[in-house]
Amino acid sequence: MKARVTVTLKTGVLDPQGKAIEGALRSLGVEGVASVRQGKVFDIEIDAADPAHAEAMLKAASEKLLANLVVENYRVEIL
Amino acid sequence: MKAAVLLFPGLNREGDAMRALEQASGHKPTLVWHAEHELPAGTDLVLVPGGFSYGDYLRCGAIAGRANIMDAVRAHAARGGLVVGICNGFQILCESGLLPGVLMRNRDLRFICKMQHLKVERADTPFTTAYQKGQTIKVAIAHGEGNYEADDETIRRLEGEGRVAFRYCDAQGQVGGAANPNGSTHDIAGIYSEKLNVLGLMPHPENLIDPLVGGTDGRGLFASIASFSRAA
Repeated sequence: MKARVTVTLKTGVLDPQGKAIEGALRSLGVEGVASVRQGKVFDIEIDAADPAHAEAMLKAASEKLLANLVVENYRVEIL
Repeated sequence: MKAAVLLFPGLNREGDAMRALEQASGHKPTLVWHAEHELPAGTDLVLVPGGFSYGDYLRCGAIAGRANIMDAVRAHAARGGLVVGICNGFQILCESGLLPGVLMRNRDLRFICKMQHLKVERADTPFTTAYQKGQTIKVAIAHGEGNYEADDETIRRLEGEGRVAFRYCDAQGQVGGAANPNGSTHDIAGIYSEKLNVLGLMPHPENLIDPLVGGTDGRGLFASIASFSRAA
């Protein structure tokens, strides 16, 4: 089974990398960019048949390691 | 004093930390590999040195913060044992849950390596008795992720409970403004745990212990720890 965990910064947390990318896009002439926030994507293969079990396992993995809940949110998708 | 210096793959300041501890206490610290489950019996102090554990993959300190040995460090801290984390060590302590908050990318996105003045916020903790309250010291900083962030409630608690250890200042002792190198909230360079027995700081006092290499303002931290351990 394949799954994807997306980790993003919480609203209000300063993201200097996102800001730099936002500035670079503007200087490249890409129009209409209001703001950029940078995050992380984890594509994970799991040995599990039951999607509910897989989701619970990945939520635990996100809270234990993949995301720092002080500043980040996470989303688990079973693909 | 029995000191344990933790070693994770990618750290590079363990030798400097061991030299500083030995200079202050007269005792050679023990190097402890991250996969161990126990600290040496009778450990007074655990030092988590700086560097780039696991190549800073995922987040700085994230993987090291969950290593086997950190369970033993958490138990040591819960018993009131001393723990100090320097630079990547501070990041590891935050990721391990021993200290609140997180160290984010520097405000200007640059890795900063320079001399930096700090204000010693209080001189009544096991780590700072060799300093004066309000003293300005000159040490080195070398980090890309030193911008301390925490939620408003945590910052209020740290300030209210006197748990800010050091703040960035200029040579005159003026805190903040241009003297803040990385955008850190309230100019925080180091913080204490609730019981003041765990300290995390971004600067490197272990590199300022010899007049040959820039000064000796870092000695106070190690001298304080050594005299606290002698008294205990």
